[in-house]
Amino acid sequence: MKILVCISNVPDTTTKITFSENNTQFNTTGVQFILNPYDEIALARAIELTEGGNGSVTVINVGEVNTEPTVRKALAIGATDAVRINAKPHDAWFVAYQVAQYVKANPFDLILTGRESIDYNGAKVGGMIAELLDLPSVSIIKKLEIEGTNVTVEREIEGGKEVLTMPLPIVAGCAEGVAEPKIPNMRGIMSARTKPLTVVEPVEIKTHSEVISYETPAPRGQVKLVPADEVAKLVGLLHEEARVI
Amino acid sequence: MPVLVYAENAEGKFKKSTFEAISYARAIANQNNTTLTAISIGNADAAELAGLGKYGAEKVLNVSNDKLKNFVNQAYAAVVAEAAKKEGAEIVVLSNSFSGRGLAPRIGVKLEAGVADGAVSLPDQSNGKFIIKRLAFSGKAYALVELTSTNKVISLSPNSYKVVETGSTAVVEDFNPEVKASDLTTIIKEIVRSTDKVSLPDADIVVSGGRGLKGPENWGMIEELAGLLGAALACSKPVSDSGWRPHSEHVGQTGIAVSPNLYIAIGISGAIQHLAGVSSSKVIVVINKDADAPFFKVADYGIVGDAFDIVPKLIGAIKEYKALA
Ligand SMILES: Cc1cc2nc3c(=O)[nH]c(=O)nc-3n(C[C@H](O)[C@H](O)[C@H](O)COP(=O)(O)OP(=O)(O)OC[C@H]3O[C@@H](n4cnc5c(N)ncnc54)[C@H](O)[C@@H]3O)c2cc1C
Repeated sequence: MKILVCISNVPDTTTKITFSENNTQFNTTGVQFILNPYDEIALARAIELTEGGNGSVTVINVGEVNTEPTVRKALAIGATDAVRINAKPHDAWFVAYQVAQYVKANPFDLILTGRESIDYNGAKVGGMIAELLDLPSVSIIKKLEIEGTNVTVEREIEGGKEVLTMPLPIVAGCAEGVAEPKIPNMRGIMSARTKPLTVVEPVEIKTHSEVISYETPAPRGQVKLVPADEVAKLVGLLHEEARVI
Repeated sequence: MPVLVYAENAEGKFKKSTFEAISYARAIANQNNTTLTAISIGNADAAELAGLGKYGAEKVLNVSNDKLKNFVNQAYAAVVAEAAKKEGAEIVVLSNSFSGRGLAPRIGVKLEAGVADGAVSLPDQSNGKFIIKRLAFSGKAYALVELTSTNKVISLSPNSYKVVETGSTAVVEDFNPEVKASDLTTIIKEIVRSTDKVSLPDADIVVSGGRGLKGPENWGMIEELAGLLGAALACSKPVSDSGWRPHSEHVGQTGIAVSPNLYIAIGISGAIQHLAGVSSSKVIVVINKDADAPFFKVADYGIVGDAFDIVPKLIGAIKEYKALA
């Protein structure tokens, strides 16, 4: 079983998001970059599925050289090898196209992504890769099991869940429940330095979208405190002032 | 160029998020002085379909094909893209629901369209551009994205556009595009819907509990409060990590992002990762015994107190208010 896990390099979850150059650039000063938390879940499941020599896990990242620490982290966690497509990840379409191009030349049995990246939250890369490769896709899965050449996934729906089966290969976006993220151990960290990391040059394509600028939400007003012995007042405020009940 | 909106149904019934998407698509059609067609796939009956006219769809394409009874990404995306071509639609609108997230990127590829997902505003079309405001950085910011392609796909964030009733009834037309067998290899084995629960992503009111509630056995009062308010239940990440509540209720940066009219946070500290997914709620109420909990910094209303004391009192007060109202 050959599994491909798409990984993204994102600002740490504690990052205070600010912008520079007249709100046109994300301000990366002092920002720590990490492996996207959902991708960690996808990677963990891929490692579980290939345990005991039952295949290999390749991680792929579209990014410039500064994403290599994140790629090495994935290798330390347990990926077999890595591919970095040497380009700025312009938008979901650009990323998906590069990955699909790579997969056309190097087929996989299963392609996993995180359900979304925590920076642009598009949840689009997986679906786009699937469409470009004409494969089934499922977004936001909570479980993934493989039996022979069939895969069973559980997907979230509003107020419930759905269980689906389909033949491999597929593209699936992993969310919590699929696996527990793995922490790299010393051996993993040591071996990550020598595991193969292939750098591939991108294919030129026309892009479809452009971030023009960013905005931060307007700061909220001050909190109105209701004394603990006058709880009923809160109900009045929510009804008369906030008009939400 | 007409606008096409995908009208998602759950077991034949259209939902509020679908009405939001249609209202939003109607406004885009008005901006461009054009018509709006809706497409429905699955088992909605004639009255439900015609009812989509209320929100401004002039025409509804109805696909009722047994093979397409249940949602399959690949096949549904093919059908919606076909409908867009048939209608000559350059703009396709859908809701950023769980299914919408599966569909939007596939439709985007089929139509060679830029995709703006999680849209929270109407497009700004001044100066011949097409710019959409969307959520980014897990709700910590917005990105203004220009779609530069001719075709465009927009998925609307739930609760970010009001349902507007403008039209009357729509003309319903059958639509039977060819579906490839290779698009139908997905088999739905089981669908579990809890009909007694309010769905979290598009709920108007959300009642959320954190580690301050000490254990799953204390959720009775949270459920009672939610029941009284017709609210959906939610929780912080450690709560679902400990198995007190299902993962599907976990909100925040790595959970579901919500933007209800009212978010009530009980025994939740307000860590940056939690706030990321809830801070676009219109009104936030925080109940926490620690006056310094960071959540109070983003709350509109707060009570500093013990949840085990405050929540029962709040339940009592709401019952009283309901009896009066
Ligand atoms: C990569 C990453 C992603 C994350 N993603 C998320 C996410 O998506 N969502 C999320 O929620 N968290 C997320 N977290 C975790 C986050 O950092 C916090 O740990 C978490 O939000 C804290 O949950 P809590 O407020 O319920 O618990 P705690 O931090 O334990 O806080 C409990 C609060 O309850 C109060 N309290 C205690 N007893 C009572 C009482 N009797 N009455 C009233 N109040 C009481 C306390 O004063 C305290 O403020 C993430 C963390 C990481 C590292």
